[in-house]
Amino acid sequence: MIPPFETFYEAHRDEIYRFLDRRLGRDRVDDAFQETFLRALRAYPRLNHGDHLRAWVFTIASRIVVDDVRRRRPTAELPELVTEDGRPAYEDLASLTEDLPPKQRAAVVLRYGYDLDYEEIGAALGSTEQAARQAASAGVRRLRKEHT
Amino acid sequence: MTVSPALDERFRAAAAAANLLDVAFDVIDDTPIGPLLVGVTDHGVCRISFDPDSEHHLDQLARQFGPRVLRSSKPVERVRRELDEYFEGRREHFDVEPDIRGLPAYNQKVLAELARVEYGRTTTYGTLAALTGNPRAARAVGTVMNRNPIPIVLPCHRVVGASGSLTGYAGGLHRKEQLLRLEGALL
Repeated sequence: MIPPFETFYEAHRDEIYRFLDRRLGRDRVDDAFQETFLRALRAYPRLNHGDHLRAWVFTIASRIVVDDVRRRRPTAELPELVTEDGRPAYEDLASLTEDLPPKQRAAVVLRYGYDLDYEEIGAALGSTEQAARQAASAGVRRLRKEHT
Repeated sequence: MTVSPALDERFRAAAAAANLLDVAFDVIDDTPIGPLLVGVTDHGVCRISFDPDSEHHLDQLARQFGPRVLRSSKPVERVRRELDEYFEGRREHFDVEPDIRGLPAYNQKVLAELARVEYGRTTTYGTLAALTGNPRAARAVGTVMNRNPIPIVLPCHRVVGASGSLTGYAGGLHRKEQLLRLEGALL
């Protein structure tokens, strides 16, 4: 069961605001905040269940941060976010990590696709920095095993 | 650090303007019969409740109309204006459409008949039962009235017992009496 959007929004708006404020600064946080929740609203009816909504909305916010930063700076400054054919790294990671357990997958995508630090990933996943680090490294180990 | 009220309102307005909501709702605080929670969809008004605590309405609304339920005042403005006019005695008929999609067919039928009961008049549970096909279903009609999702606009306050007693009202008998007095149906 997906909670009413009001419930979801009230539960996460302040932490999303703080996250965007840290990443983008006071000048750009308001627009990014509105865009994050408008995107969430557009995608909301297509959700299959209400699990991991927190990580989900942080993923949306992270994508908006990446888009915003890329728009404002030459892409050369963000080589780790773009693959050689110009597709964003998180698109590759999405298919690559499909078989990972949800938490490991989220940690890997947020770390290597969105360049979030472990403290932010911990916040996104509702756990600690330490747990986020462990989930990401467990995910990477598993991917190495599967792909070698 | 938290979201400022201005930004919060800005997002809620943008969500409604972009037509992304299944239900927009708001609480109207200052009516003569107390605060009312009002919900609207693309199709019209879908909820009026005397219990303005939104928590338990949200789940119901989400189940009936879709999960994108958000408080947003702009879409509710029209209903708010019509209610204001009604309470001031300047409106006898609501122009906003009631949205009763998703209710059981029998409830829809009874509520459609109820909508024809005019301002300032009363009818009985038995009469409504007869008009909707079964004169002995007065009790079933009473249940439909009790669960009326859009009181005032769908005027279940105009339905009384065969003896003329007010019988009951989901919003409390004092409110039923107040509405009937406002309409001049009670002295």
